[in-house]
Amino acid sequence: MRNTIVSLLAVLFGLLAGALLMAVTGHNPFEGYRYLFEGGMRDISRFGDTLATATPLIFTGLSVAFAFRTGLFNIGAAGQMLFGGFCATAVGLTLDLSKPLMLVCTVLAGFLGGALWAFIPGLLKAKFNVHEVVSTIMMNWIAYWTIYYMVPAYFKGEYLETESRQLPDFASLKSPFLSEAFGGSYINLGIFLAVLAVIVIAFIINKTTLGYELKAVGFNRHAAEYAGIGVNRGIIVSMLIAGGLAGLGGVAEFTGNASNIQIGKLPTQGFDGIAVALLANNAPLGVLFAAVFFGLLYSGRGFMNAMTDVPPEIADSIIAIIIYFAATSILIERLVRKLLRIRADKREQSAEKGRES
Amino acid sequence: MDYVVEMLNIRKEFPGVVANDDITLCLRRGEIHALLGENGAGKSTLMGMLFGMYEPDRGIIKVRGKETIISNPNVANRLGIGMVHQHFKLVSNFTVTENIILGNESRKGLVIDTETASKRIRSISEQYGLNVDPHAKIEDISVGMQQRVEILKMLYRDAEVLILDEPTAVLTPQEIEELGKVMKNLIDEGKSIILITHKLKEIKAVADRCTVIRRGKTIGTVEVSTTSEADMAEMMVGRQVTFKVSKQAAKPADSVLRIDSLTVKNSKKVLGLKDFNLDVRAGEIVGIAGVEGNGQTELVEAITGLRKAESGSILYDGQNIVNWPIRTRIEKGIGHIPEDRQKRGLVLEYSIEENMILEVYQKRPFSKHGLLNKAAIRAYAKRIIESFDVRSGQGATSVTRSLSGGNQQKAIIGREIEQDPMLLIAVQPTRGLDVGSIEYIHKRLIEQRDKGKAVLLVSLELDEIMNISDRIAVVNNGELIGIVQASETSEHELGLMMAGLRGGEVAQ
Repeated sequence: MRNTIVSLLAVLFGLLAGALLMAVTGHNPFEGYRYLFEGGMRDISRFGDTLATATPLIFTGLSVAFAFRTGLFNIGAAGQMLFGGFCATAVGLTLDLSKPLMLVCTVLAGFLGGALWAFIPGLLKAKFNVHEVVSTIMMNWIAYWTIYYMVPAYFKGEYLETESRQLPDFASLKSPFLSEAFGGSYINLGIFLAVLAVIVIAFIINKTTLGYELKAVGFNRHAAEYAGIGVNRGIIVSMLIAGGLAGLGGVAEFTGNASNIQIGKLPTQGFDGIAVALLANNAPLGVLFAAVFFGLLYSGRGFMNAMTDVPPEIADSIIAIIIYFAATSILIERLVRKLLRIRADKREQSAEKGRES
Repeated sequence: MDYVVEMLNIRKEFPGVVANDDITLCLRRGEIHALLGENGAGKSTLMGMLFGMYEPDRGIIKVRGKETIISNPNVANRLGIGMVHQHFKLVSNFTVTENIILGNESRKGLVIDTETASKRIRSISEQYGLNVDPHAKIEDISVGMQQRVEILKMLYRDAEVLILDEPTAVLTPQEIEELGKVMKNLIDEGKSIILITHKLKEIKAVADRCTVIRRGKTIGTVEVSTTSEADMAEMMVGRQVTFKVSKQAAKPADSVLRIDSLTVKNSKKVLGLKDFNLDVRAGEIVGIAGVEGNGQTELVEAITGLRKAESGSILYDGQNIVNWPIRTRIEKGIGHIPEDRQKRGLVLEYSIEENMILEVYQKRPFSKHGLLNKAAIRAYAKRIIESFDVRSGQGATSVTRSLSGGNQQKAIIGREIEQDPMLLIAVQPTRGLDVGSIEYIHKRLIEQRDKGKAVLLVSLELDEIMNISDRIAVVNNGELIGIVQASETSEHELGLMMAGLRGGEVAQ
């Protein structure tokens, strides 16, 4: 409950600071925010786009949050997402199956690809105590260059060297039915997968012995070791799951939101996932809301830019400021506590007065 | 009367607990004033308020007769109040001087002026007989010396009032004696000391007056010279306390643990335990006596599986277990009350109930097909909490970090005994605990023995070893010096053996 308040306050402060920025740069903040939010929610189609933008963020946010809960800082969601997306694309471009079967295969390939990419840092940490921040960042670049080589070599697009061929419809998460229901939005089946992932991860963390073990390893590996919990196994399993989630983010991005994969780009959602996890205080349900909120800002900023002369970078600044407030949540917590105490004191005083009279 | 510090009618609440309720403590200039109370009685909270870590909800704090509000430790510093915490706050790869001036560096141009500082530190050290080398690195000096560095840090900042929080918990008997002398020197030079402790012996030895608190309330302030230890203990616990543990003679049966020429490396990759032999039988308590760091940790960790044995064998119930995984050892009935409860024994972020199943969560009824059964877990935790009197704000769901040290320890002991281990290894089971809890824990250990279980007790407190154990194995420098019958030995003999002299008659 307290964490939720802190996150909401971080958002509020971020928006206020954004308003201040707009005002200082000579724009009308009310107008700016009106178009920003209208851009993300004005009609069902724009709302669909917001959800689609949020989908990869839900996955990468979950990935980072899950790793955090088990004491690992997965800063490599970008690479895991890229490699997972590449595996899914490769399967989609290679196999020839019916759509349902194909989607099972691409999703599985994406999960495994991401998991493999995180397995290596996990193994290095477990065996040689290599810090995962270093190794996952390195894996980001290995993914980057692997895709740089693999796509032109094996899956080159018809016109462009820098991207893969278009995925056929039967290998895409896009669903004509869903797009129509959302008024032509590019929303796709990925969102359902994301919600499912939120539920599954929340379940694992809170209800299972696996979650219990992993959290114990994350909080205090000495105590976990003492209790006979396999610490190294925990690290590896945790990285596998985190990587798989990021890989699914790649599936949603490259076979859902987009329909091919480009080279020379590390997906920004990998890093935004850290912000999502931070704002969500690493709670799975919180990740869902935080990702949708960030999705809203990202998909609304274009509209804001079109309708006003507020620069779209304001949206990025707001996100950055929110992250600052979320990261310094202890300050906000102190503020909340102080307010609560003042209120309690007042109540006590008035109660005392009541007794006296 | 000349009071340096007066804390009058202090009240402090935390969510779910009243930590201090109308507590009054007045410190005279130039006295050693003991603050005595059980764990969780509210000693640390009270001192926290004097040191500016919390603010009282009600009550007045006067320093040198003037009412003050101590809103943070810096204010306390300025008022000349310094605190030496139980866990030292020192940077281990800094020198003594660097640690002392940290946060208070005087400069010479752009560089830090360590020269002047270390001169001043040397002169303070000499004035109070602290014998500290300002250029030594913290990691190279003994725990007792580190404590003196903490004291020096306060003196360097011109503290008039020193609060020492359980200062003897980490010291050897000799170091405790030294500390007593240091404290006397301090008061001779006009300082005043508040000594937080629950060791009556020490209060008797050094303190002038003693304020006893129980469950957040002041019970009274007494003159130490005219009050007996038993009276103080009774004030603290609220009932009469026996110091001597009553127990029947042991009826040892078959060997449960047989250690044969066991050699183990320590954390620095040097042999910490050498060619060690020991036999622990069902129905007896074997105590390991020795000065800290003489192979006890290596021995315990080799038996529990936390550390690899280099050579030798550990026969448990007839089987060599040196290559068994930790979990198998636990499941086969080796219980372990670890030396460091916060590092090994508990996941502080977990609730009490989650900690109570740390070693059994994968078993029914606590989980089934990988799913936790919260109701069964809670019922189990509640049973341990009740039978071991673990006190906390919100019962089974309290965050473990919020419990006092003594209650954390009782929770661990409850967890281990509840699993009914065939071999219970208790390392410093009463470290930092109050008289009431110590008595209780000793009873439970003897109860285990009388149920026909084997108990291996490792402790640095010689009294504890001598009171509880049936046989005592003495270690020095990783080697077994000898084994004696507890009923036939003396403190003197053990002391010599702990120093490495193979004197005493070796009994089987």
